[in-house]
Amino acid sequence: MNDFPWLSLVLLLPILGGVIVAFLPRVPGSALPKQVALGVSLLTLLVALGIAVGFSPKGEAKQFTELHTWIGAFGAHYSLGLDGIGLVMLLLATILTPLVILASWNDAEPKANADASQPRFSVNAFFAWMLVLEGLSIGVFLATDVLLFYVLFEATLIPIYFLIGGFGGANRSRAALKFLLYNLFGGLMMLAAVVALYVYSADKGGPTYLLSELSGMDFGTNPERWMFVGFFIAFAIKAPMFPLHTWLPGAAESATPGTAVLMVSVLDKVGTFGMIRFCLELFPEASEWATPVVLTLAVISIVYGALAAIGQRNMMRLIAFTSVSHFGFIVMGIFVANSLGTSGSMLYMFNHGLSTAVLFLVAGFLISRRDSQLIEDYGGVEKVAPMMAAVFLIGGLSTLSLPGLSPFVSEFMVLAGAFAFNHWVAIASVIAIVLAALYILLMYQRMMTGPTKPATEGMADLNLREIAVVAPLVALIIGLGFFPQVLLGVINPAVERTLEHAGQTDPVPTVQADEEAAQ
Amino acid sequence: MLLTHDSVPVVDPAAADGFFNLLWLIIALPAFGAAVLLLLGNRRSTGYGHWLGTATVAGSFLLSLVAFFQLLGRDADDRQIASSLWTWFETPMVHVEFGLLYDQLSALFLLLITGVGLLIHIYSIGYMEHDPRRSRFFAYLNLFIAAMLVLVMSDNYLGVFLGWEGVGLASYLLIGFWQHKTSAAVAAKKAFVVNRVGDIGMALGTALLIAAFGSVAFSDVSHQIGDASQTTINWLGLLFLLAACGKSAQVPLQSWLLDAMEGPTPVSALIHAATMVTAGVYLVVRSNFIYENSEVAQTAVVIVAVVTLLWGAIIGCAKDDIKKALAGSTMSQIGYMMLAAGLGVAGYAFAIMHLIAHGFFKANMFLGAGSVMHAMDDDVNMRHYGALQKVIPVTFATFAMGYLAIIGFPGFSGFWSKDKIIEVAFDENTLVGLLAMLGAGITGFYMTRLMLMTFFTEKRWEKGVHPHESPKVMTWPLIILAALSVLGGVMLLGDWIVEWLEPVVGVHAHHDPKIPPVLMSVIVVAIVAVGVTIAWLTIGKKPVPRQAPTDVSLFTKAARADLGGDAFNEAVLMRPGDTLVKGLVFVDEKLIDGAVEGSAAASGAGSVMLRRLQNGYVRSYALTLLGGVVLVVLALLAVNLT
Repeated sequence: MNDFPWLSLVLLLPILGGVIVAFLPRVPGSALPKQVALGVSLLTLLVALGIAVGFSPKGEAKQFTELHTWIGAFGAHYSLGLDGIGLVMLLLATILTPLVILASWNDAEPKANADASQPRFSVNAFFAWMLVLEGLSIGVFLATDVLLFYVLFEATLIPIYFLIGGFGGANRSRAALKFLLYNLFGGLMMLAAVVALYVYSADKGGPTYLLSELSGMDFGTNPERWMFVGFFIAFAIKAPMFPLHTWLPGAAESATPGTAVLMVSVLDKVGTFGMIRFCLELFPEASEWATPVVLTLAVISIVYGALAAIGQRNMMRLIAFTSVSHFGFIVMGIFVANSLGTSGSMLYMFNHGLSTAVLFLVAGFLISRRDSQLIEDYGGVEKVAPMMAAVFLIGGLSTLSLPGLSPFVSEFMVLAGAFAFNHWVAIASVIAIVLAALYILLMYQRMMTGPTKPATEGMADLNLREIAVVAPLVALIIGLGFFPQVLLGVINPAVERTLEHAGQTDPVPTVQADEEAAQ
Repeated sequence: MLLTHDSVPVVDPAAADGFFNLLWLIIALPAFGAAVLLLLGNRRSTGYGHWLGTATVAGSFLLSLVAFFQLLGRDADDRQIASSLWTWFETPMVHVEFGLLYDQLSALFLLLITGVGLLIHIYSIGYMEHDPRRSRFFAYLNLFIAAMLVLVMSDNYLGVFLGWEGVGLASYLLIGFWQHKTSAAVAAKKAFVVNRVGDIGMALGTALLIAAFGSVAFSDVSHQIGDASQTTINWLGLLFLLAACGKSAQVPLQSWLLDAMEGPTPVSALIHAATMVTAGVYLVVRSNFIYENSEVAQTAVVIVAVVTLLWGAIIGCAKDDIKKALAGSTMSQIGYMMLAAGLGVAGYAFAIMHLIAHGFFKANMFLGAGSVMHAMDDDVNMRHYGALQKVIPVTFATFAMGYLAIIGFPGFSGFWSKDKIIEVAFDENTLVGLLAMLGAGITGFYMTRLMLMTFFTEKRWEKGVHPHESPKVMTWPLIILAALSVLGGVMLLGDWIVEWLEPVVGVHAHHDPKIPPVLMSVIVVAIVAVGVTIAWLTIGKKPVPRQAPTDVSLFTKAARADLGGDAFNEAVLMRPGDTLVKGLVFVDEKLIDGAVEGSAAASGAGSVMLRRLQNGYVRSYALTLLGGVVLVVLALLAVNLT
């Protein structure tokens, strides 16, 4: 069984499932496409869990590897492999997809009052694209060949484009287009760097796109820096960093809540994942060169995103801006390049996926009841739908990194890692913990407390399907708050390897350093 | 103010054995209660939620008692016990354990938290009887107890941080318990946000620990503190002081505590008087190995403490809301504890003693205030009270015990603890001592004012109010707390508490005080008597107007407005912040977004693509992508291959 292509299976399963769902008979009101989609996504989750069980944290750097020549002339391979970082992202994608499918159960149905938000395509298409998106995202996390990564990276744009443009709210076309333009632009930057990689590796004896062969290659200072910039811009757009973030709020506002979850919780992680996998691993010197600029942008993102979130009147936009702030933390942790900060970032990627999913999904439940994204339209929900309010609060508290909930450990690790790197970086960003309390609790206060507004009168509490969606997320958020080592156990070796490869060493505690200096 | 630099003890616990292996159960019981009640929801647990909630705390109290006596039975130098539960997280840079530390200091806190906590749970059974969400209330109370126990039992700073924010969450939930009231929801949010400002200190302080020592455990830090640079130690002290200011409502982070009185009164007694708000004092005393090594930080603690003890006392003089008057008093009393803690080895034990005594008498008075409100149809305005001493005699008698304790009537608990603090303060610095004395005088004034307006003077009741004594389930906790308020001074018998805490906070070298203790007591009592007399003359002798008079001195006006705390926040933080946020949202939507979109649209290809795609030619997307990719590939190949 060792040679069984498990990674291809987990990658292709949802894509094939998507194709099947697309070709199922289109019967209005039929639940079959949804059921098949849910089944496929659950099966994918099972396979992913199986892979997780088979993964040995202390084993080889890349496990379950598969290698086939793809385009010989370019040195491109169909090459897959899994390390601890990829495993955590694989789990995030496979855990969230079935929950999102379940949460989006009725979101693609034709609406009674036909308006601008009438779905453009069939129910089948909606769930098919979701599965395809899952498969492609998984592929991105597993690819160990740069060209394969690039192709999958670009390919993920297609399902998201259709999911937003075909099923979103009133401004969906504009939002989908903006999403596409931004990401295409980033993709082109990366493509230039990908082509350059080919050129330089060909120079070194034979063209190759294999990460294993490229990493450690000396490209010369300037080419390395240019290539770094190409990759970094693409990733900075994807994991929206100031000032390239402006596509996100509109996209989140116009997408269905389920799409927003897949986009922000899973797909955008490709950006930060790429930063550690490609920027840090392929271009360690250029990464160090760019660190001051990157950290500055990260700190700006953290504070800017949080401030902008406070000023939002639309809850989907607000949640999107909180993510700009959190992605700032993740980028910060990667580029401080010590085991505490970088491992914290990897953990943060997972945890942010959970907390943002809870917020987006509960927001979606509210929107499905009252057809408004505006915070001011709600009020006193706690009184009529206490469970809904409670889950929203848990999502909110985890977004503001309350100790005891999973994001806390990761945010603290990033902050402490940044402090050890340069205390000014941590000091400049720490104000976010106050701002986060403000944006979350202000929203909660306005929507959930106070006297009930006419719009919230008689609102139904969470139904069974909705409980089934949020319960696993809440359980994970609380469980990982106390036992984050479950994930860190697989993350740490991968991060250590990456940092070692990039020539980064952990700072020594100053007390020890002083002693050694004295001796 | 550095006293005994060399004799700072280190944290060096022995592994738990025997009964101490069950320490985790003390936390787990209330945590279990909270989990069960929250998962079941309010409706399904209505019948028994209050019993379950009370039983778990009773269990914790019993375990704490047993643990305490087990600890008493051990040798004085063998009373630190560590119990490691699991690895919270680790990377090569730091290892953080989920571990418990049970020593002389945490033992006292455990008894206070579970003991007073139990009494307040029992009282709440009666107080919240008619609230449809009583079971939810007990779930939150249990959550609070569990978090508070984590705070005082953790063996490292990050664990303290976990409890620290846990109690903050419980406080948030309980201040806003009556969420349908906008004022309650706003007060809850304010408390959380202001506390988060303090948490900056906690977060950065803990991060600094990792950068400096590579550890957050008390034992590691206390062992290595001598090797750290003075700057590091100073910053650690100041950052943890910032954290303490938030949680313990010390100036400048005091403004949330008065608003927190929106919560149900048992909450005010438990969280905002007896336990949570004293966490800052715990943090300073627990970090004695930091503060003993930093004169700067100790001085800062003393300054904050003195300002707050006067600030709170002055606010307490002007409030007509009985709970807010008591809240001002709480600020002030915590100021005394912080003062003692800031004075170092000479003061730590008295900080803790005053903390415990205050836990008794302030919980007693808050619950008493709740009983008064119960009698007065939830009216909190003392101008609508008067002449209640005969109508609610048990409440009156118990409240009077608390009153005598807080003003420091000879023999009552507050007399012993506050006297000691003033005494130590005088030894350190005459000005600080004088200000602490002044505070005692003001305390005498505002507490007498409160007593007179509530229980004496003439009836000023609202129409239709028929005061009645509270049920036994509420009065018994009052009686027990009143007894403790009277007897709390026994902790000082034979210097027991000082010697008990010596292994934790160090030995204070005895020397002769500047002023003999007896003379000092006489002076303090005399000053208090002046305050009491002024209150008697200005309030007791004259009719109390039902409306607060408006032609009052500037001083009174300032005190009524909390000495401008909220006005300051409003003018300096909130309004500029609001403008900043609005401006930033505008810039984000119009300028940054516009710039990027504009440049895209300006380019010819961009605009063609834009129009095509907007018209819905989805297929052209694929072509555009392909075309773009091919063009760039060709261009780059051409450039690089030549």
